[in-house]
Amino acid sequence: MTAEFSPGLILILGSVLVPLLRGRARSVYLLALPLAGLAYLVWLPYGEYGKLAFLGSQLTTVRVDRLSLLFGYIFMIAAWLTAIYALHVKEAGQQVAALVYSGAAVSAVFAGDLFTLFLFWELTAIASVVLIWARRTERAYRAGMRYLIVQLASGVLLMLGALTQLNQTGSLAFEHIGLGGPGAILIFVAFGIKCAFPLLHNWLQDAYPEATVTGTVVLSAFTTKLAVYALARGFAGTEMLVWIGAAMTAFPIFYAVIENDLRRVLAYSLNNQLGFMVVGIGVGTELAVNGTAAHAFSHILYKALLFMSMGAVLHRVGTVNGTDLGGLYKSMPWTAGFCIVGAASISAFPLFSGFVSKALILTATAEQGYFVTWLVLLFASAGVFHHSGIKIPYFAFFAHDSGKRCAEAPLNMLVAMALTAALCIGIGVYPQPLYALLPYPVDYEPYTSSHVLAQLQLLVFSALAFSVLMRTGIYPPEMRSLNLDFDWVYRGLGRRVSVAALNAASRARIALAGPLGVLWAAGSRALYRHHGPEGVLARTWPTGSMALWVMILLLAYLVAYYA
Amino acid sequence: MEREKRYWLDRKENVTKVYWSVWVLCGLLLLIEPAIDMHGKFSVEHWFGFHGLFGFVACVGLVLTAKALRRILMRPEDYYDR
Repeated sequence: MTAEFSPGLILILGSVLVPLLRGRARSVYLLALPLAGLAYLVWLPYGEYGKLAFLGSQLTTVRVDRLSLLFGYIFMIAAWLTAIYALHVKEAGQQVAALVYSGAAVSAVFAGDLFTLFLFWELTAIASVVLIWARRTERAYRAGMRYLIVQLASGVLLMLGALTQLNQTGSLAFEHIGLGGPGAILIFVAFGIKCAFPLLHNWLQDAYPEATVTGTVVLSAFTTKLAVYALARGFAGTEMLVWIGAAMTAFPIFYAVIENDLRRVLAYSLNNQLGFMVVGIGVGTELAVNGTAAHAFSHILYKALLFMSMGAVLHRVGTVNGTDLGGLYKSMPWTAGFCIVGAASISAFPLFSGFVSKALILTATAEQGYFVTWLVLLFASAGVFHHSGIKIPYFAFFAHDSGKRCAEAPLNMLVAMALTAALCIGIGVYPQPLYALLPYPVDYEPYTSSHVLAQLQLLVFSALAFSVLMRTGIYPPEMRSLNLDFDWVYRGLGRRVSVAALNAASRARIALAGPLGVLWAAGSRALYRHHGPEGVLARTWPTGSMALWVMILLLAYLVAYYA
Repeated sequence: MEREKRYWLDRKENVTKVYWSVWVLCGLLLLIEPAIDMHGKFSVEHWFGFHGLFGFVACVGLVLTAKALRRILMRPEDYYDR
């Protein structure tokens, strides 16, 4: 038996049966599918399979190597954990969408050519938007529409880039691309949109917080990390990515500090964490690419955990606005505890997953002598602790008591959070199994006394800064508001420009109606007089007058000739 | 009606205890630094207390900048819905 069958198809084709099953059988089935997928991945031998001839070029639908396998594993694990978290949801639509979406992401990771990648790339977009629309609000509908347009645009650029590549090189193979030629640039931008590069990022903060409680958790895992994988495959060592990534780590955190919707705060910090991975890809050494892969792995878990905890709050309280929350540790102690584990992991506290993965990227950046970038990453590390590590748990579970009392999260949510938290701590305490899965051999020890002390100083002094600013009242209070971001260009400016253009056009029509109308009327009257039913030029003339005119012309000719 | 349980953090003096323990922790992390051989590619990493000072300054700078940005960026919640 060979591995012709793309692993993601287990979830995609498997989802067909979901609506046919009822009750407990369906729950068991939803949990079993990702486990079956995981077992298939463990069995999957290295190599290239599923080859097809297409457009005179060869497609490779399944390429198994260390990089694709690592992302495949974590995607399947994420699909399983989010399935547990969503067990209380009974809507087949959301369940099928989540399965198709995660399956498409898995299959995209194993795609060995750009065409297969494009197919699954677009499928992730189409399936995932269902998770946003399932919120069934006007806001969610519109945010989902904007999200879909951006995602499909990314796919169109990828297709154009792939065809240009095919034209130039005669091959659709998805190998290292590098920034040369128009096809490569199109593909780079396509990846950049999905990876939420600065100025291409806003679909993420716009749409993710509008999805359903469980949908946001699912969304957080796949789309952007698929883009990270694609960049690592196609553009490792592209120096521009160092600068792009550094900008990505820094600028979203300013928004995260002043944002009120705590799931949107998490979306900004998701963007910031992607920046670390993009820097790793840009640096491009073995250590750096290992760092990116490891960080993607641990990031998917702790980010899902944070979104799970905020989802539980939204589920129970009905809001995740910082202004309306506080003191929830009394009602939801377990959720608060799991949230703190996620917060410690994203902040890279020693013994938590972020510590052992982010360190690889920072060390690789320093080793290549990128001093300014390294300082920016250090700033972003302090900043992410500040807004994700402290702000999220503090405003939701502590701060001033909002007086809100609710039940603890449902059991399935608690189980999902407990398992995810256990993985976050497990990776942090014992990173060797993760290191063994990385694309290149790892010779790195995260737990040196120097590294632990440096990191603890960075974090505890950041906590001190927060405490001092809070106590002195300088810290900006949470406010019911939204903050303008780049989406203002198309949601604010773009709309205003198009509305203004429409208004101008209709004003022009009205203004010109007067003088033009007179001309128009005069013109049509003249036409009617000459060409109308009674018009001179519309009359049928007798043959006699024709003969007369011919005779006159001949006479005139004779006269002219002899004259 | 059943009176709600009073939590440890509900008492103001305990919050103060937490606050000062952060200061103590920071002091301890500086105190043990001379005992540890600090590695690092860049010379700044060998300056005494660099990571602590950097973390503190970075966060204060971040919060003050973000607070100032509100003046430019903040809009009512229904800004795009009008």
